[in-house]
Amino acid sequence: MSDPLLAVSGLTKRFRRSGTTVIAADNISLSISGGETLALAGPSGSGKSTIARLILRLIEPDAGRVDFDGGDFLALHGAALRAKRARLQMVFQDPLAALNPRATVARVLDDPLRIHGLASRGERPDRIATLLERVGLSPDLAGRHLHEISGGQRQRVAIARAIATKPSLIVLDEAVSALDVSVRGQILELLLDLQRTERIAYLFVSHDLGVVRAFAHRVILLEGGRIAEQGDARAVIDNPQSTIGKALVAAVPRLTRTQDRS
Amino acid sequence: MRRLASAPEALVGLGILAALTVMALAASMLFPGDPLAIKGAPLLPPFQDWSLPLGTDRLGRDVLAELFHGARASLAVGLAAAAAAIAVGAVVGTLAGFAGGIVDEALMRITDAFQTVPSFLLALAFVSVVGPSLTVVVIAIALSAWTGPARVARAEVLSIRERDFVAGARVIGMHPLEIALREVLPNALPPVLALSSVIVASAILIEAALSFLGLGDPNRVTWGGMIAEGRTVLRSAPFLSIVPGIALVLTVLGVYLAGEGVVEGTAVRKGLS
Repeated sequence: MSDPLLAVSGLTKRFRRSGTTVIAADNISLSISGGETLALAGPSGSGKSTIARLILRLIEPDAGRVDFDGGDFLALHGAALRAKRARLQMVFQDPLAALNPRATVARVLDDPLRIHGLASRGERPDRIATLLERVGLSPDLAGRHLHEISGGQRQRVAIARAIATKPSLIVLDEAVSALDVSVRGQILELLLDLQRTERIAYLFVSHDLGVVRAFAHRVILLEGGRIAEQGDARAVIDNPQSTIGKALVAAVPRLTRTQDRS
Repeated sequence: MRRLASAPEALVGLGILAALTVMALAASMLFPGDPLAIKGAPLLPPFQDWSLPLGTDRLGRDVLAELFHGARASLAVGLAAAAAAIAVGAVVGTLAGFAGGIVDEALMRITDAFQTVPSFLLALAFVSVVGPSLTVVVIAIALSAWTGPARVARAEVLSIRERDFVAGARVIGMHPLEIALREVLPNALPPVLALSSVIVASAILIEAALSFLGLGDPNRVTWGGMIAEGRTVLRSAPFLSIVPGIALVLTVLGVYLAGEGVVEGTAVRKGLS
């Protein structure tokens, strides 16, 4: 394996709230190769979402280094950072909260194409239709408002927006947690299909070990902002070594059924 | 509109505003020519001569014609000043709330400075320095009224900027200025717009007060100017002050009631969704 796509080392972030200091990320190091899925799992408050947002530079870290796509990502500022963001995208848990509530589907998909100059004004409607078809939606949805389509369709629109700039890494922050079970399976299928055809790597933030085991190649279990355990997703979840790993696996009733079926 | 219909006071307000708009638009059709021209004997009381239903003023000018043309000034100044105040306030408030830090500090201290000066004094000082004209009056009123919308917009933006769609806009590489003005500002507007009826009403009153003090546009009929004109003959011909006074009261009442109705209407809609 050559240089990893994303290499994080020593990433640290502390939050000070009313006198007490909470360490949300304590000396986190991880790496993701192209076309690979790494899951960040852990109980709520373990820092998994914070780490994802640190990597995306939605929050600035206190210390550490993030190398992405062959360069120091933390050293970028202003226009250079905004341009690089095309390669590193994100899908949020609740698409209705993560997209402008007043926007139409077409505007949501138009923004990344316009901002990164990927298509001229005249070409954009065609590109938007192609993107919608790529995520399994009818191009007729383009004119609709976001509150007029279903939750599963909205998450597909959010994925279409994330892939519009042809990224090499997408952070999925609890991206399927809010969907009902049947839709969740379809969205995961879509994400796997995108990974196969476009070689997109995923950083998959989730509290659902059943989904992590089925979807991710490797997993990192977090506790209190520290890495408790990491390794091959199936190996770690089938036979956890750390106390938090055992507790998390014990807390997932769905896991036994997943095992029975496979 | 259906929701507005369920609130009778909102309908009354809208009715008054509609009548006022018709008055303003029809003024030059019903009363062509200069409303400041002399039409008959001076100080003719109302309901005496039906060609001059509301009588004439000290110089023999048609009071009804003045009233219709005065509606134009009141509406134009009220709407233009409120629009300018809300536009400036919303942009300043959004930038302050979104940028945070030193930009926020600077913009909010400027807002404080404007807010500590009584708004009427500020308008008065501005007009007396620059000179009276309709545009200057509009700017003067807007200058004293933009601070309210700025504070409301900033408070709203402070909560909106923590929402995921702002993070989403950053992730796709949108410029911070575009995020502030295109993503955040439109979502911060509803509570700011709820202020508009108060601002329109106070703008109409400030305009009238400026005209009353002789600082209105001298070439236009305004209700404030009419009241000032009638003041000298208040004992012998009180109707000259009472008629435009009633028009002023009805207008401000109409703006308040309609504004209240719109706010109630949107609140109901939010509650349902």
